Amino acid sequence: MPEVSLNVLDIVQNSVKANASLIEITILKNTQTKTLSVSIKDNGCGMTDEQVSRVIDPFYTTRTTRKVGLGVPFFKLSAELTGGSFSIESKVNVGTTVCAVYCYEHIDMMPLGDMAATMVSLVSVNPSIDFCYTYAVDDRSFTLDTREVRTILEGVPLNEPPVLSFISDFIKENEAELLKENEE
Amino acid sequence: MKSLAELQAIRDKMKGAINMREENGDKIRVVVGMATCGIAAGARPVLNKFTEEVAKRNLLNVSVTQTGCIGICQYEPVVEVFTPDGKKTTYVKMTPEKAVKVVADHLVNGNVVSEYTIGSVAK
Repeated sequence: MPEVSLNVLDIVQNSVKANASLIEITILKNTQTKTLSVSIKDNGCGMTDEQVSRVIDPFYTTRTTRKVGLGVPFFKLSAELTGGSFSIESKVNVGTTVCAVYCYEHIDMMPLGDMAATMVSLVSVNPSIDFCYTYAVDDRSFTLDTREVRTILEGVPLNEPPVLSFISDFIKENEAELLKENEE
Repeated sequence: MKSLAELQAIRDKMKGAINMREENGDKIRVVVGMATCGIAAGARPVLNKFTEEVAKRNLLNVSVTQTGCIGICQYEPVVEVFTPDGKKTTYVKMTPEKAVKVVADHLVNGNVVSEYTIGSVAK
């Protein structure tokens, strides 16, 4: 994966498969510790302890079309390559939280990439799932919560094109603002 | 800066349009493979291009959805088109540029873009 945002898109597919109704994606950039932490938390069906221990094995998968499952191993590897860390916690019928911490000044750090495109992809094909995306740089942040969007829309589906383009612009503009202030 | 207040305007504009969409029965389904293999090969821009083009042309009879790995990872990004006549077309090694052509030729005009199908790529 050439971008962290593609890993996020990939990992969220697991939450979708797990029948989650709320998926929280949180990106925290800490300029003191020079780390970028990326976490994906869902309220899906969760996994047993045995499954959790096997999910980082590339030769473990629940799908039947192939014998490999590379989503979680890729995500883990990308963080560890930068000297970061990876964790996964899960409870059956409660949900799963996956968290990768990157040391973003490391030479093997991938760019975060196009999170707006990732969120638009996710919302466009999963209009009934709620996503809460937060991007924080130190103590400043912005959040896109589709529960709020849904309330305002009063029944207009989230995957209507004008709504998707609003979501894309909202994320791009807020992200640019956040990073601009950071440089000053 | 964008604020959520703008959504109210979108809502008011969309409410009338939604009912039109629901009346449309015969649907074409565009299914993009979004497993690890698809995403790594570039499925995200392909999916977003399909959504964008379908919206731009206001194709009310087309829905764009996703699926997992269908087992032909070497041909990703894979896109399947299901038409109301029960036919399935499998497009392989897709790009956003190819997606534009598939929308224009296949979804709008009903002509399968043979050169992008698995039948002509997998030889």
